[in-house]
Amino acid sequence: MKKDVKTLLKDNTMLIVLVLVFVFFTITTKGMMFQPMQFNALITQNAYVFILSCGMLMCMLTGGNIDLSCGSFVCLIGAIGGYLMIIKGMNTGVSIALLLLVGVVYGCVLGYLVAYVDIPPWIATLAGYLAFRGLGTQILSSNSSTGSLAPFPQSFLDIFAGKVFSTKLGELNMPCMIVGIVACLLVVFLNFRSRAARLKKGYEADSFAWMLGKTVLLDAVILLFTWKLAMSGGIPTVLIWVAVIVLFYSFITGKTTIGRHFYVVGGNREAARLSGIDTRRVMFLAYLNMAIITVITSFAVLSKVQAANSTLGTNYEMDAISACVVGGVSAYGGAGTVPGMLVGALLIGVINLGMSLMGVDANFQKVVKGIVLLGAVAFDIISKKKSK
Amino acid sequence: MAKIILEMKNITKTFPGVKALDNVNFQVEEGEIHALVGENGAGKSTLMNVLSGIYPYGTYEGDIVYEGEVCKFHKIKDSESKGIVIIHQELALVPEMTIGENMYLGNEIGRKSAIDWDKTYSEADKYLKMVGLTESSKTKVKEIGTGKQQLVEIAKALSKHARLLILDEPTSSLNEEDSKALLDLMLGFKKQGMTMIIITHKLNEVAYVSDKITVVRDGSTIETLDCHGAEQISEDRIIKGMVGREMTNRFPKRENVAIGDVMMEVSNWTVQHPKYTERNVVNDVSMYVRKGEVVGIYGLMGAGRTELAMSIFGQSYGTLLSGTLKLDGKEVRLKKTPLDAIKHKIAYVTEDRKGNGLVLSQSIRVNTTLANLGGVSKNTVLDTDAEYAAAEEYRKKLNTKTPSVEQLVGNLSGGNQQKVLLAKWMFAEPDVLILDEPTRGIDVGAKYEIYCIINDLAKAGKSVIMISSELPEVIGMSDRIYIMNASRIVGEMKAEEATQENIMSMILASGRGD
Repeated sequence: MKKDVKTLLKDNTMLIVLVLVFVFFTITTKGMMFQPMQFNALITQNAYVFILSCGMLMCMLTGGNIDLSCGSFVCLIGAIGGYLMIIKGMNTGVSIALLLLVGVVYGCVLGYLVAYVDIPPWIATLAGYLAFRGLGTQILSSNSSTGSLAPFPQSFLDIFAGKVFSTKLGELNMPCMIVGIVACLLVVFLNFRSRAARLKKGYEADSFAWMLGKTVLLDAVILLFTWKLAMSGGIPTVLIWVAVIVLFYSFITGKTTIGRHFYVVGGNREAARLSGIDTRRVMFLAYLNMAIITVITSFAVLSKVQAANSTLGTNYEMDAISACVVGGVSAYGGAGTVPGMLVGALLIGVINLGMSLMGVDANFQKVVKGIVLLGAVAFDIISKKKSK
Repeated sequence: MAKIILEMKNITKTFPGVKALDNVNFQVEEGEIHALVGENGAGKSTLMNVLSGIYPYGTYEGDIVYEGEVCKFHKIKDSESKGIVIIHQELALVPEMTIGENMYLGNEIGRKSAIDWDKTYSEADKYLKMVGLTESSKTKVKEIGTGKQQLVEIAKALSKHARLLILDEPTSSLNEEDSKALLDLMLGFKKQGMTMIIITHKLNEVAYVSDKITVVRDGSTIETLDCHGAEQISEDRIIKGMVGREMTNRFPKRENVAIGDVMMEVSNWTVQHPKYTERNVVNDVSMYVRKGEVVGIYGLMGAGRTELAMSIFGQSYGTLLSGTLKLDGKEVRLKKTPLDAIKHKIAYVTEDRKGNGLVLSQSIRVNTTLANLGGVSKNTVLDTDAEYAAAEEYRKKLNTKTPSVEQLVGNLSGGNQQKVLLAKWMFAEPDVLILDEPTRGIDVGAKYEIYCIINDLAKAGKSVIMISSELPEVIGMSDRIYIMNASRIVGEMKAEEATQENIMSMILASGRGD
């Protein structure tokens, strides 16, 4: 298959925009954006978006369905977690298990309402949006005079926050470099192997130059991040979580039958049903999955801010939806990928970080984010219309 | 001689790949009831859509002359302002709104800023009386039956000061009694000088109301018959006009296939409508299909063919009230899910490939394996290479024209989409294939290819049930034919015995019998 420059540009628009925006901020902040600390910040500050968006992606695939309750649910989980670990002094492992159980219960209830009672998802989750923050705040204020629970036990913080094999700032962190280089080699190996396998079976495959270019670019990005992170003290623990979750959902969406079901249900629900797919089960799984992912997001956030308070998780649902939509996930369902969503999340993260570094007013930042979101969707829809 | 109120001259309308109307000429005299008859897809509705401006001026060729002037309608409002009002086959009423609101939808009475509800309802009541409805116009539409809803549509048309009223299959969803009332109403309007065009399949209705009959076939007007002329117009005469096309080599010969044992048999199959539980969409149907046999089910639209097929396919439509299903001699009870039907090697290839057959936003590869993902995966992990190979195999087998199987299905032509749909179900390796209108909306060349595929399936020992509204196709392709009308099987014949005339008259006889 020949790929001309035009389709190449079109397929990777957001990626190119991301690079341009990054360069723009690097110039306007006189190189501040390019410093190791900022790479670290980009990951730790946006970890919640990366994780939460994986869940939101699955919901949106089923037909543009969203979960408005996840931000408030983060607040509730924070409050319950604080109560268990700080007030009751419960064992970290048991607490984590209990919180996950709360997520499973909510996910089952929500999934049942959406999939089997046919309540429109945005209404079903609007209820949680309202109720959970109220409930969470109530738990917090009745257990703490300040409305905030802290500090969480170190054993909990260590699981999600901090750095692996931490070294001093400005010193090259060897474990980090080794992991990065191994990842690069893995990319090379996998790309070559899958191409060779395809050629051997006589299928279509990318040209050698195209594949080489792709591999070199991806490796360059990985190495850049590795180097910057190594200089900023090592791999943030949360990055490992993000990587595992992102790889897991890439695999589910791209390589499994259940992942295929999500795309097909979003693409044409009736066709999916008549092809023997249990469309209700898919909807159920989407929301069950979303609730569990939300709990994991709560862990990452709690261990970063080290306290549970009533504003925890505010607007997270919007951040996750924005990341998906900017990353090319269709607002009508049936289309969107994990890598695309990652690019969307990174783009928003870079804009946030860059504007903060530039000292742009916080209110104005929101305006810019709104425009970027609208622009991305408009672009998506217009370019689809043209290609028809 | 009365004056000609409407003349449509040399109308040609093309859709991508299909010529729906080819140089049609059509004349209507003032004050008459003119019937348009023809098979499904002959072009009757298209012609009326051109007339009412649904297909705006410029998207067709030819002229519409109404009351002596050439009309260029750009939208429905343009034709309505001239008094041409169309009532569509599917009722276009909003159930949650009142009758009055519905009647003046888009035509609200009042000043620009506010609706004058008092006037709306009193005007509405006036027109309701004219069509013989006693309901208040403040009644919600969902609270009245379909028969009355049809009358509301007519009242709505009257409120637009219609002088030429077009009724597209007005009685298709009505029972005998309501139909009669509606036809009488039409005769009443005629006395008051209204001109009407009625599209219908029911030839007894045609005979009852019409002054003239125009027969449409394959996008052309074939003839116009005068009911008050010297010659008595019999139904046979009309049928001959409707179906009288030549059948030469439109169907590939099937090599002599050994027809085997009965593969699937349904008995006393009765299915209830999913919403209107008082209606049985399939009524006491018994039928069977043998291995290697192609069985045709012919019937007009709304006869219950699709409902029968979908109810066999894991009750994916309606509720099964009674009936048994035997596969290969053994009685089976399918769970209420298509998946169970697929597991029992039944495939239903839908008539609505875009609506519920294909995922247009996905590739040929994804669509091909959709009904049998297990065939290209291990422990739920997809082998995309195997999937690619499967899609490629069927692309070659069915001669699907596409640059690659990674092409999105939405970008393919109708004929190629149909092939992908067939590929999907062939890949599921069924024993029984129910093909619902397998050649709808595709061109002649692609049709021939689809016929060849059907023959190959029969040759491979599969049982094929082909539902079709095209008589020549049913006769040309089937070994045996069931004729369905009004939710029942009303006849069965061998293909050798079947002629278009005797099938048609079988349907008409059954329609009047009860």
